[in-house]
Amino acid sequence: MEDFFTLITGRTKGQAHGLHLGAGSPAHLEATSFIEICPKDMTRLGIKDGQIVRLRSDTGRVDVPARTGSLPAGLVFIPMGPTANALVGTDTFGTGMPLFKGQRVKLERI
Amino acid sequence: MSALIENVTCKFCGCLCDDITVEVEGDRILKAKRACPNGRSMFLNYDPASRNPLVDGQIVEWDEAISATVDILNGADSPLIYGLSSTSTEAQRKAVELADRLGAIIDSTSSVCHFPTSLAVQAVGEATCTLGEVRDRADLLIFWGCNPLVSHIRHFSRYSANAKGLLTPNGRKDRTLVVVDVRPTQTAKAADHFLQIEPGTDYEVLTSLRVLIQGQNIEHGVGGLSAEQLQELAHMMKTCRYGVVFFGMGLTMTPGRNYNVAELFTLGAELNRFNRFSVIPMRGHGNVAGADQVLTWLSGYPTAVSFARGYPQFGPGEFTTVDVLSRGEADAALIVASDPIAHLPWMAAKNLERIPTILMAPTANCSSKVAKVILPTACYGIDAPGTSYRMDNVPLRLRAVFPNTRPTDEEILSRIIKAVQPC
Repeated sequence: MEDFFTLITGRTKGQAHGLHLGAGSPAHLEATSFIEICPKDMTRLGIKDGQIVRLRSDTGRVDVPARTGSLPAGLVFIPMGPTANALVGTDTFGTGMPLFKGQRVKLERI
Repeated sequence: MSALIENVTCKFCGCLCDDITVEVEGDRILKAKRACPNGRSMFLNYDPASRNPLVDGQIVEWDEAISATVDILNGADSPLIYGLSSTSTEAQRKAVELADRLGAIIDSTSSVCHFPTSLAVQAVGEATCTLGEVRDRADLLIFWGCNPLVSHIRHFSRYSANAKGLLTPNGRKDRTLVVVDVRPTQTAKAADHFLQIEPGTDYEVLTSLRVLIQGQNIEHGVGGLSAEQLQELAHMMKTCRYGVVFFGMGLTMTPGRNYNVAELFTLGAELNRFNRFSVIPMRGHGNVAGADQVLTWLSGYPTAVSFARGYPQFGPGEFTTVDVLSRGEADAALIVASDPIAHLPWMAAKNLERIPTILMAPTANCSSKVAKVILPTACYGIDAPGTSYRMDNVPLRLRAVFPNTRPTDEEILSRIIKAVQPC
């Protein structure tokens, strides 16, 4: 089962701590390689906490574990970092700013 | 034998907390008293050991590394200088001088954080104040699309929600705290009022507030908020003594970007008909505000500047790094105190693998893996002194808590400037 979602990225305490231990370090990668999905969408898509889901955008594909998060339905969250950046496109609409918050992604259970 | 050094400024984020006491033993920092977890992690994990540069993965002397850097830059038709937000103001000046000499494009990390804010300032101006005024006077604080309890952890205690000041002697009790966001963040949980709006509706909500504060009415809700919620917020904004909106990436990274921010700045300016009202961006890196300042002094523009024609040209979407890299328009890159491989969309960042890239940074990062030349410089605020701009554009001095064993960004950039051929 798959569905489209709006991806937002953002900072977390774990992501910041991981950066100090080294961007690309195991701690940084672990802190930035998961997706938060709201309980309603988790139930609807039959996804359990910790289950690997596949995300696709026009620019990339990643497989990450899912976590239940406090979000509205249709919105998913990944901490800023390499995983999210594989999905965010390069169109800046003339502003220099990519769509770090608002990227359309397809999510499926695998 | 350890030593205590007081009043050290933490340069991790735009708060620039300047009340840190660090305990130093030899070349290691043992404690960073009063620092937040982010700042403490920066101080305690820093390794100031002497390190030589690398060229093609081989350890070389500084002269050889600078020579390799100069060869790359002299051989490029369209070099890009990127980063700058975690270096000193003094080094930023040198980076702009180098860009001018090379005819390069220069762009700070601001282009992927608050550059839409700069575009909005250019369009409509800003009503602003210092964080000292916020602490002393503000009785209404609105955090819009930002999460300071995660990203700027001491903002509440030093400057805003919990800070005690001249007209706010009881701190949190003297202020009303509102959070506007699309999700219930940690900051939202600390608020008196959390207004959860639908994603991508910031502009509409801000326009509705402008309508309301001008005395017009709205009959229907907007962006997931009821008409009553909007009316209540507009009433708070009009009747407070001193209001401040802090905003973050929730406005600058979402659809609408600079238009969202311009609408907020306009609302803030209009509220000054009723009381004092300011709008302040939550700047991320410790001296990203300084990068905007320095580039503006020297070129007239805050970032996204090309010197290719011999004079500064401003080009949002043209000379901004994600656009330059994704179109393959740079044929060499000098990265200063930044990590584009970790922080830019991969489809743009991966082009740094295809061009000769020089990385100037105090610690190894993801961009080290693609850099042809690595210049391990000292860290401003830990083993090098310098100047940094707080998020409210107040410049503060960064102290060195022990002597540097590696050269500073400013020193290395000065050597490169002397050695490169002018375009």
